Amino acid sequence: MKTDWRERRHRWDIRYAPYAYIAPYFLLFAVFGLFPLLYTAWVSMQDRNLLDGDAATFIGLDNYVELLTADPHFWNAMGNTLSLWLFTTVPQILFALGVAQLLNRRLRGRTFFRMGVLLPNITSVAAVTIIFAQLFGRDFGMINWVLGLFDLGKIDWQAGTGSSHTAIAAMVVWRWTGYHALIFLASMQAIPTSVYEAARLDGASGWQQFWRITVPMLRPQIIFSTVIATAGNMRLLAEPLLFGAGGETGGSDRQFQTAALYLYEQGFKQFDFGYASAVAWLLVIATVVITGLSYLAARRIRTD
Amino acid sequence: MTTVLEPLAPGAPPQPRRRGVMRMRMPGPWTYAALIAVLAGSAFPVYWSLVVSSQTPDKVDSVPPVLVPGGHLFANIARVFDQTDFALAMMNSVIVSGTITVSVVLFSTLAGFAFAKLKFRGRSGLMLLVVATQAVPTELGVIPLFMMMSDFGWAGEIHAVIVPGLVTAFGVFFMRQYFERAVPDELLEAGRMDGCSSLRLYWNVVLPAARPAAAVLGLFTFMQAWNDFFWPLVVLPPENPTVQTALSTLASGYTTDYTLVLTAATIGTVPVLAVFLLFGRQIVGGIMQGALKG
Repeated sequence: MKTDWRERRHRWDIRYAPYAYIAPYFLLFAVFGLFPLLYTAWVSMQDRNLLDGDAATFIGLDNYVELLTADPHFWNAMGNTLSLWLFTTVPQILFALGVAQLLNRRLRGRTFFRMGVLLPNITSVAAVTIIFAQLFGRDFGMINWVLGLFDLGKIDWQAGTGSSHTAIAAMVVWRWTGYHALIFLASMQAIPTSVYEAARLDGASGWQQFWRITVPMLRPQIIFSTVIATAGNMRLLAEPLLFGAGGETGGSDRQFQTAALYLYEQGFKQFDFGYASAVAWLLVIATVVITGLSYLAARRIRTD
Repeated sequence: MTTVLEPLAPGAPPQPRRRGVMRMRMPGPWTYAALIAVLAGSAFPVYWSLVVSSQTPDKVDSVPPVLVPGGHLFANIARVFDQTDFALAMMNSVIVSGTITVSVVLFSTLAGFAFAKLKFRGRSGLMLLVVATQAVPTELGVIPLFMMMSDFGWAGEIHAVIVPGLVTAFGVFFMRQYFERAVPDELLEAGRMDGCSSLRLYWNVVLPAARPAAAVLGLFTFMQAWNDFFWPLVVLPPENPTVQTALSTLASGYTTDYTLVLTAATIGTVPVLAVFLLFGRQIVGGIMQGALKG
């Protein structure tokens, strides 16, 4: 009798317990991940503004049509997003390659150096942006002071498109270079030295070895870094939001308003939920396209 | 975000040391000089934040700028806690990050154990679903999520920040990869023979074996939860902030009191900095093994 009960419990355990263990993930994800995701598509086809009492009217693709054909702010935000993506992703990868190359030696205090380059990555984006905004201040910022030492004059970093994008890109690159450098370093250490020795015998310089051996050997990691950097950099929001006094408009002339920030403005300042949801979908589509293109570009690294 | 690399489980047998490879180039003085310059650049903004937070407000505007810490750090810290809700913000952030960390580690080890070591119908299909959901950008769902929280009456409360963070696809994936290599099937079979239920196996065998990987996942989850900005900004009002949204409120005010703002930024960085100084080696190791995504 007792063994029978244990036998049955055992069968239950084998058959159903696994589902119980994975259930919390799937339940929570379904409610707070998947459902909102699908619902965004529905909301994006509605005229739905919280300020109108949250009444929802189905309007089909009107939000999309308006965004794409009649909203210069949207195109401005998309342009800024692309510009910032380029200004952040490319230097991030190049600097990371350089830093990894430096770290790929028999260093004393190896852990110290590795932790040092990762330090920026652990700091919060809010803190980083506030600190950099101060460093990039017009009148009393450290960077303008240094420029002044070389008689280069003062730059009103927030005011222009190019200057504000440079400043924001500096924050992003500063924060992420070390992370990518460590990914590259791990793979560099797996390249056998015999390859380099052979190249040296053939008279290849250090520079040639780096571009002809190291970089091609790192291709999978460069692709990986490019893809995740692109996914992250296409949705910059905190940096432009907290950089200076512009707030959700990203500067007085929206000179550094990104698409993610425009989504935030439409959704949580104008409370135009339908319109903001359409921005969300267009941003995701743009991100998929750009990620695909940068994947293809990174894949073109020669592997000879 | 996608994890393209096949992550190595930390604690998996180390790759064989390549003997002879260690004849790697010896670093010369220029390498050290360059690295120290990189390090200085990495540390400078954090150091600068500390410098400003130890000065009086009038010193911040001086030309040339003051480059060494002054003696007003504690006075400024006191001002941050007197003039703002920063104590509440710290408390909220501790609760949010602590709860999310415990929950992610618990549910990820549980689900990772099931996916790696238990057999059930639909296992590979469901695992594929977990991997696919990693690529989902959360921003896309932010508006319906906010509407849901309003309907639940949770908007403005910290459980609105906690609940969506209780599980992550990445955590499940990460722990599954680890268990596949780190927990031998023989050990679990032996436990079965002794009549252990799967829950007891989990508790007595799997969870203790998970410690190194669970620690890395926990550290990483804590740092991400602590630093999270967008969702708390959307769902919490300025009166009930986390550290990051409190910083945003401080920075967007009309005040130009940078000593106050940067002191708050410094205080808000201390918890992750402490975690990093204690466990930096493990975190660096996790990233170098390709196991921790950005």
